[in-house]
Order: sequence, then structure tokens, then C-alpha cells
Amino acid sequence: MAKVRLLVGTHKGAFVLTSDERRQQWKVDGPHFAGWDVYHVKGSPVDPDRLYAAQSRGWFGQVVQRSDDGGDTWEPVGNQFQYEGATSTHKWYDNTDHPYEFLRVWHLEPSLTDPDTVYAGVEDAALFRTTDAGKSWEELSGLRTHPSAPSWAPGAGGLCLHTIILDKGNPDRIVTAISSAGAFRSDDAGKTWRTITKGLHSNYIPDPDAEVGHCVHHIAMHPSRPNVLYMQKHWDVMRSDNSGDTWHEVSGNLPTDFGFVIDVHAHEPETIYVVPIKSDSDHFVPDGKLRVYRSRAGGNEWEALTNGLPQKDCYVNVLRDAMTVDSLESCGVYFGTTAGQVYASADGGDSWKAIVQNLPAVLSVEVQTLA
Amino acid sequence: VIRIELPSNLRTLANVGREVELKVDGPVTQRSVLDALEAAYPMLRGTIRDQITQRRRPMLRFFACEEDLSDESIDARLPDEVATGREPYLIVGAIAGG
Repeated sequence: MAKVRLLVGTHKGAFVLTSDERRQQWKVDGPHFAGWDVYHVKGSPVDPDRLYAAQSRGWFGQVVQRSDDGGDTWEPVGNQFQYEGATSTHKWYDNTDHPYEFLRVWHLEPSLTDPDTVYAGVEDAALFRTTDAGKSWEELSGLRTHPSAPSWAPGAGGLCLHTIILDKGNPDRIVTAISSAGAFRSDDAGKTWRTITKGLHSNYIPDPDAEVGHCVHHIAMHPSRPNVLYMQKHWDVMRSDNSGDTWHEVSGNLPTDFGFVIDVHAHEPETIYVVPIKSDSDHFVPDGKLRVYRSRAGGNEWEALTNGLPQKDCYVNVLRDAMTVDSLESCGVYFGTTAGQVYASADGGDSWKAIVQNLPAVLSVEVQTLA
Repeated sequence: VIRIELPSNLRTLANVGREVELKVDGPVTQRSVLDALEAAYPMLRGTIRDQITQRRRPMLRFFACEEDLSDESIDARLPDEVATGREPYLIVGAIAGG
């Protein structure tokens, strides 16, 4: 019988939740790294017992942990993230030039082919890579030295690189997203980058159609259709059918098109999920109701999924890396909230159940489908 | 032997108790003590001092013999009480929050 392993990063540690393929009974293991922010935990697609975790705290900086046994034991690995070359600058909140300073790792994306290779998206925004299982990290500096980079400015969450998408069919292609800067694509394995923001429109920036400055919250891709990208922007849900060359809005009938997460069904590339959030000032779900919205048409036409989710007095948020899907025949969908619940659906979103109720605020959820 | 007291989060990270004991060759300064600590416990690299600038992390402070040494020269000799192990060198996380 297949197993499912959820990797949950929270504001006060990491948790590993496991279940069989029925996904009804869950064993909760943790907290690992108690008291630390764990922004992300993710496993290698080619060696599922190889996990990487990004652990940080304002007092003590960044630590990276690696597990070789599916999360039972962990070992601190390299944590030196040094920007390559001379210190460059980005814009600060007051529009002055501000030197790049490494603050933390937001996202770890293991290679699709090599368990020792992992990409790290960091704040201040840059892309790093290890090829020795985390012992050392090198910057792929072509992104941070993109001609537009000196004009990037942080949003409220910081100038963070939070999304990294790899394409198994095209190992040279990497898509990244940076809050308040935009989306970027490399077609030469990270050496050079281009903005992929044409069609994004953001009323909150001086030039709503500018090349950079769009607050991209998350991007998702189905592996079988790598040219189709779905984006949850600060406001607007967007879709691209040409790897980001151009985008068009697919917010349709959503009650609000602000949000953080977006993900794609494991077997239906046109089925996507978002969790609308009331606004950028409130940062909780509308009307006290926790609703996942599903589109089976790749956007525009959305249905509210509420079965098993609280429909009154609920004021949680779901952060950008806190939704994931498994690859079992009946696709499982999972998300975590800022109030510490992790919800699971074993039927593609038709019904939901809280599989754990009172964790610290959830920062990220990833799932592994194990044979 | 030098005694070093760590904040709780770093004890967990290094898998040690409240105090660690280290031998330090040469003059006993904050730099030589921290160098020895990081050599013995590599997982602490970057958590007390920035690995690149070597500056103390802003929300940590260093104490010994009831004195705050955080802003003293990192190459100044530590008190004899620390160098001889009668008093610990304290690495303290700032009480911050609410």
C-alpha cells in the first residue's frame, strides 16, 4: 500500500505527518528544530528519504538541515550563502539604494534528477545551488545581476525569492518568482535570465504595466504541460500558455483575487486551486469562511469547496508555500493555515478534514507520495 | 579549560548541555574562544557570528564575570577567571519580543 508523507514547516519547528493511501489516520512527528522558523522542507524526487529543511531565527541566522532517512534524523549542513562578486544594491523602502544582505532561505527546490543538487531561493533575492548535498552553496548570480535588479524593492515580506520551478523535459529551464519584483525565466540552467511579466497589470505600482515591480505571490506548473504556468499575484490570478512570455487574467468569478497559494491537480492539468484572501490589508479569508476555490477549466470559472472546512468565525491565512498535491490516483490536496491547522482532501477537494489542529503558524506544506 | 554557556536554541542545534568545555591554545580572547567553539561544533558556524563579516549577530550578547563584553575588542584577553575555567563565558540571546 502506498504511503503519504507531509512535510510541514511552521514558525516554531517542522513536523512530519504520515498516513497510508487512505489518508484518514495520520501520525504526527515533531517538532523538529523546535523554536525555529522553518520556512520550507522538501524531499528529493529521486530519493524520497533525502529531505532538506530551511531553519532560521532572527537571533541565530540560517541553518540548513538534511535528512537521509525520511525525517527520522537530521544533520546540519552548510549554511554559508555568500553573494558572488562585489556587493550590489537594490532599492530600499525609501527608494534609496540598499546593499544586498543575506537574511534567510525561503524555498528549497531539490533537483529532479540528482539528490545532492538543490536550489535555494533566498532573501535578499538570489538563487543559490548546492551540488554536494548541502555542504556548500554557490550563487547563480545571473539573476541578481539582471539589469533590472538594482530597481527591485522589497514588499512587506522582504525581497524574497520564494518560487523555483524546474522542468524535467527541459533541464536548462528554471522559472523563479520574487516578491515585489516579478517573475523570471532562465533557458540556460540559470546563467542568464529574462523577465516574464508581459500581461501583468498592477495598479499599486507607478507604471501598472512595468517590466518589474509586480508582487508575484506564487507560480504553479503541471509537469506534463510545462508551458502552462498559473500565477497567484498580489491581486489577480493569471495564466500563461507560453512559459511566461505573456500572461492573461483568469480570476473570473472568484470572490476576491487576492491570495497567496495556487496549485495544480496531479492528473488534471486544467484543474487548479486557490484560496482567496479578503485583501492585502486584512490577510484573512473573506466572510469568516475558509473556502478553497477550484477551477476545472484552467481558470475563469471557479467553484467554492467548503465541505469539511469552517464556514463561520474563521480568520486564517494560507501562505504561498502552504498548499500541495499528492500523486495518488484520487489526488490528495493539502494546505496549512496561519492558525496551525493542516487540512487534507483525499478526493481532489470535494471534501476536507483537519488532520492536525493546533500546530504553530504553518509556513509551508509539501507532500511525498511513497511507493 | 574554557567553559562556554550557550542559549537553549544553540544547545539543541549542537546537541550539547547548558555548558560546553573547550581547550583554547594561545591567548584566551573572544575570537579564540569562538574559533574553538566553531571548530568543535561546526553546526554553530554562522549562528553566533556572521560567517562572512565575522560580526556578532545583533541579538546575541557576550558576558563574563558580570561584565557585558559584547562591544569590547574581540581580540582583548578575557578575564583570568574565564581563562582558568572558574567562570563561564556566556553567550546570551537578547530578551526580545513581548
